[in-house]
Amino acid sequence: MDSSQLLGISIFGYLLASAIYIAALLFRWDKAAISGTIVTSLTLILQTVALGLRWQESYQIGAGHAPLTNMFESLVFFSWSIAALYLLMEWKFKNRTIGAFAMPFAAFAMAYANYGGFNQQINPLVPALQSNWLIAHVVTCFIGYAAFAVACGLGIMYLLRKPEKEKSRLPAPQTIDDMNHKTMIFGFLWLTAGIITGAIWANSAWGTYWSWDPKETWSLITWFFYAAILHARLTRGWQGKTIAWLAIVGFLCVAFTYYGVNYLLSGLHSYGSS
Amino acid sequence: MTYKKNSLWQFLASVKLALFVLFLLAASSILGTLIPQGKGPTLYAAFYGSKLAALMADPGELANILTRVTMLLGLDNMYHALWFQTLIGLLAVNLIVCSIDRLPAVWLMVSMDNLSLAQGKISKMPFKREFSGRGNMAETVDLLKESLATAGWRVAARTGEESTILFSQKAPWARLGVYVVHLSILVIIVGAMIGSYLGFSGGVNIPETLDSDKIYLFEDGRPVDLGFTVRCDWFSLSRYPNGAPKEYQSELVVIEEGQEVARKVIEVNDPLTYKGWTFYQSSYEPHNKIMVTVTNKQTGSKERFLTTPKEPMRWQAEGLLFGIKEVLATDTNQVYRYRLLISGPGGQNSLLLDDNSQGQIGTDQKDGYTFHVKEFYSTGLQVSKDPGVWWVYLGCAMMLVGLTIAFFMSHQRIWLIVSDDKFIISGTSHKNKIGFENKFNKLTGKLSKQFEAL
Ligand code: HEM
Repeated sequence: MDSSQLLGISIFGYLLASAIYIAALLFRWDKAAISGTIVTSLTLILQTVALGLRWQESYQIGAGHAPLTNMFESLVFFSWSIAALYLLMEWKFKNRTIGAFAMPFAAFAMAYANYGGFNQQINPLVPALQSNWLIAHVVTCFIGYAAFAVACGLGIMYLLRKPEKEKSRLPAPQTIDDMNHKTMIFGFLWLTAGIITGAIWANSAWGTYWSWDPKETWSLITWFFYAAILHARLTRGWQGKTIAWLAIVGFLCVAFTYYGVNYLLSGLHSYGSS
Repeated sequence: MTYKKNSLWQFLASVKLALFVLFLLAASSILGTLIPQGKGPTLYAAFYGSKLAALMADPGELANILTRVTMLLGLDNMYHALWFQTLIGLLAVNLIVCSIDRLPAVWLMVSMDNLSLAQGKISKMPFKREFSGRGNMAETVDLLKESLATAGWRVAARTGEESTILFSQKAPWARLGVYVVHLSILVIIVGAMIGSYLGFSGGVNIPETLDSDKIYLFEDGRPVDLGFTVRCDWFSLSRYPNGAPKEYQSELVVIEEGQEVARKVIEVNDPLTYKGWTFYQSSYEPHNKIMVTVTNKQTGSKERFLTTPKEPMRWQAEGLLFGIKEVLATDTNQVYRYRLLISGPGGQNSLLLDDNSQGQIGTDQKDGYTFHVKEFYSTGLQVSKDPGVWWVYLGCAMMLVGLTIAFFMSHQRIWLIVSDDKFIISGTSHKNKIGFENKFNKLTGKLSKQFEAL
């Protein structure tokens, strides 16, 4: 077994887990939802082993580095973070309905990593990437991104929850709102740490901790956005639907920072230098 | 009456302004990522032209207008434009005024004497339960003190005529977390300002074996004296088997008043710092020359030659003639092997030397010379001096600590008003009410095993 086979299985693990959670929710199979937890946990273990193997394989080809250095690897780690965070939340909030809204993100990230046409080879690192700050930076950023993905899922959950219904399969609106807020502040803390570790890394590699490049700037925009949500909630009493929508828009910001900048803005910027 | 009633003060202290400024900062930052930064007017005209061409037939006029707007508003260097910096300044002022406005009240909450809180207020706290007592105030108080202590609440007591008030709190300082976060933003802004006023950022290319006592600013190419000299003894470029660059390294030597005062092999991510100046490995430049260092093993005298293949070189003083006959490929991608022909007093000789990153030393046995051959490079250094960076790092650390406090800790307080026949327990938390409610219910649940709930 090599890492790519295990990663291939993880796609189906997360797809299966998502399907179970969604079906359990739709058809009120409350007892079946636990199998979603089992599948998610097993897949997470498998994926962790796969990441470990890939790390080891990189040493075998003489390019030893943590598997966190290109789009493919980062998507895999993104899905890993979502699954891990989700399990943590399921345990903490004692609620399996979140799985139907969180695990599809993990399944999508993993499937996209595999079928999105990214280079899946282990490549040696160019000198600038050879830094422990890289690991710290990627890990912190992606824990933050994972939290924002789950918050987006919770936002969707909130919007689908019919408030007039006393007995719903979904948690009470205030509970969803509270979980959403908690997930967002968790994400905000890690995004902050991600921006900071990125700045420290840039400073140790190039002597400037901030250079307003589009990726940096977009991470700051995302940060401003979530900071504004937190303030609106805390001091102006925004909540419920408004926050649910903002959680969704916030995740679009995250997605653009992570993904869009590479493909949409690089065009603009390479124009300038060509 | 006081300055606090002043409407300008109110405006500057408001969170509305904060939301507005955050929105403006985010929106304008987006603009800065859409418009290429740091280009000249002609490029902007071409840029807008090409973007508009998809939308209209003749974009020329509009492109010119947009270019003029770009230059007028400084959108070509937006993050350094006065208006953008003013926005950041406004955020800072907003933060300062808001904090001055709120801190006194918060400090009161942190430091207040909760035992002297009016009983009417205590019994109106959000969470509350009543229990019947033991018929004796002192006995009830002692029992309560003990069971609260085992539950992690150390209580203080104030005994009155008819009732005793017990109070316990956790993490009153958690209320200050937000202010640590806000202060950290100011510290980072100050650090950034120190860097931009007192710092330098530039670069210099130093050919191997040569030195420089200046760097050239990125901004305008102006030379700045370092106050000491930096020499590059060698540069090396190593590659992975597939040819991709693995590491750039330079051995730098700092010379001050003729003395070597520092020496370090720097590489990307591992710079050299001397007297506040930091030298980063950032690039290199090949010169299509080969550097040959010849050393006389007996006398130790040494000479460097820059040469190209097939060019005969002569070391007059030693009567030595040599040259690189040919450059050969090796098994390793982009590592070359040189065939060196030498003609000295002892006769003809030939050496094969690999240029593996730092070059290889070969010895001409007959005449007792060593030859070191490598491609000749200049190292490209990025050089900066930023006295503000430690402030920025301090601010970052404060921010992480402050956020952790602000998000995950709360100031929790409980009171008990104990009389002979009953007692009330009430509590409040400055945030995470749901979490506190659980905790409060657990506590009262525990008490209900000892006392009868009313
Ligand atoms: C990017 C800049 C800012 C960041 C990162 C930031 C961060 C925070 C954080 C983390 C909290 C605590 C939120 C929570 O506990 O859920 C907070 C609260 C608050 N912030 Fe900011 N803040 C920023 C700018 C501002 C500005 C400019 C103002 C000016 C008015 C402001 C006013 C407040 C107020 C009034 C609170 C509520 C304090 C309380 O009652 O507990 N913030 N801020």
